[in-house]
Amino acid sequence: MIIQTSALRKDFTVWRKLGRLRRERRVVTAVDGVDLTVAEGELLGYIGPNGAGKSTTLKMMTGVLTPSAGEVSVCGLTPVPQRTRLARRIGVVFGQRSQLWWDLPLTESFSLLRHVYRVPPADHAARLRRCRSLLDLDAFLDTPVRQLSLGQRMRAELTAALLHGPRVLFLDEPTIGLDVLSKQAVRGFLGELHATGDTTIVLTTHDLADIEKLCRRLVVIDHGRVVHDGTVEQLHAAYRSKRRVVADLDTAWPDGLTLPGASVERVEADGLRVTLSLDGATAGEVVAQLAQVVPLRDLSVLEPEIEDVVARLYTGR
Amino acid sequence: MTGANASRSARVVLAVAGAGFRRYSTYRQATVAGAFTNTVFGFMRCYVLLSVAGVAGEAGGYDRAQLATFVWVGQGLLSVVNFWNQLDLAERVRSGDVVSDLLRPMDLMTTYVATDAGRAAYAMLTRFVVPVGVGMLAFGLYLPANPVAYLAFAVSVAMAVVICSLCRYLVGLTAFWLLDVRGVSMLWMFAAGAGSGLYFPLPLLPDWLVTLLWVATPFPALLQAPLDVLVERGPAGPLLAGQLAWLAVTVVLARIVQRRGLRRLVIQGG
Repeated sequence: MIIQTSALRKDFTVWRKLGRLRRERRVVTAVDGVDLTVAEGELLGYIGPNGAGKSTTLKMMTGVLTPSAGEVSVCGLTPVPQRTRLARRIGVVFGQRSQLWWDLPLTESFSLLRHVYRVPPADHAARLRRCRSLLDLDAFLDTPVRQLSLGQRMRAELTAALLHGPRVLFLDEPTIGLDVLSKQAVRGFLGELHATGDTTIVLTTHDLADIEKLCRRLVVIDHGRVVHDGTVEQLHAAYRSKRRVVADLDTAWPDGLTLPGASVERVEADGLRVTLSLDGATAGEVVAQLAQVVPLRDLSVLEPEIEDVVARLYTGR
Repeated sequence: MTGANASRSARVVLAVAGAGFRRYSTYRQATVAGAFTNTVFGFMRCYVLLSVAGVAGEAGGYDRAQLATFVWVGQGLLSVVNFWNQLDLAERVRSGDVVSDLLRPMDLMTTYVATDAGRAAYAMLTRFVVPVGVGMLAFGLYLPANPVAYLAFAVSVAMAVVICSLCRYLVGLTAFWLLDVRGVSMLWMFAAGAGSGLYFPLPLLPDWLVTLLWVATPFPALLQAPLDVLVERGPAGPLLAGQLAWLAVTVVLARIVQRRGLRRLVIQGG
């Protein structure tokens, strides 16, 4: 296991002002007993609402935050005491921070990183070549970082995090604020990186499309605890996500009409559009029944959406 | 093995310093504006000090040429030693970006001091040369006859740069506790300016006060020392030894404070 945590916990002390001098000490638990194992080469999606403890977990894994209790090991090292050694084996991208030198052209940031990480020139060149072609960097290699667009900067950040050939790549909201094309570029790149199998990736995001497109395994954390650890399908099964049939009708949906094995979720457009969620019946059975009782104009079957499950997960707390 | 390691570490430090050099070299207009301002203030300070010297032609033990040199080389060194601009550290602690620094396999202090040394090298080639050149043409400067004095001056300036860097690093480190370092920074700028000989040569003050400044503060090591080495006010040895002592003190202090600040950061979070 390249990443292993057991009963990982982080408490923060916050002081609340009560008066001019009096203060009240309160302990907030950001991460509350997280057990997680990640195998080499895995791509793990790590999601949760704001304040759930995602970034705190990542900070403990990367060695910039000491756990209050529990164990964490990454690449066989204990992150905080062995931070400098660990830094050579991991790459980190925080979507809201930059690891590049603001005033320097991108290519100089890259060559400085080669020195800082003491990467042999040939390895550095090979990795850079690959990132340049996969992430289309050539157009802005000579531009100072401060002049890059957010999408360009994020592609540069990914490159910077990978030039020393890390075994684990931690990504904290790498697609935040990106336009559709840049998101696709980042996702496509991460997919390719994962396919090579050399790099383990831990991805936190609020964009569930990232998860659906990239991750087999999904860990959901809420209030500092893991509430789901499994595949996306398992998540749907666990939370009984339902497929839906949406039917457009020629005449209005009769009030109070029910079908066995399905329930009416919504009636819209003056009764001319009805959304049924499947409770046991198959889509075929429901469509067959519908055709007998109402004049159908059009039909579509919707797969369950991860957003719905996750929204239920978050609000169910 | 350790030799190879040391040479690799030295290469990393050089690369970081080189990046510091290039970072500052991208701001050409700021360089020109800064050199211009330093030169204008040079004239003002020089006229004031020369009038203090008056008909006697001497003040605080400096003759007219030495005073002019003190002012103009001081104006040049001002941006090399760089009292007034803080390192990025405080801002990066406040914004949380310091986490990115910690995720690199490099010591934080070494990174910041090496970057600042690169900046100082750039300033030496640009901001130093202009006021010193103007001063030489307009007033004539004191030039030591002994070539060793120039070497001693170079060593003294290098130590002043690193000591000042470390002092500003310490100011930046207070951000781990205070978040907003403006108060500390103001205090530093006032004390460093007055105590280093930037506003007037320290020997204009009573002897006991000068001694106190030398013993109790690093400020004279920042500017007064290299300038006295250059104008050959007494032997260079004791001045360099005093700087070396302050270099050792600031390194040790910065390391202790850095360790405490980082411990606080990794326990309390950013």
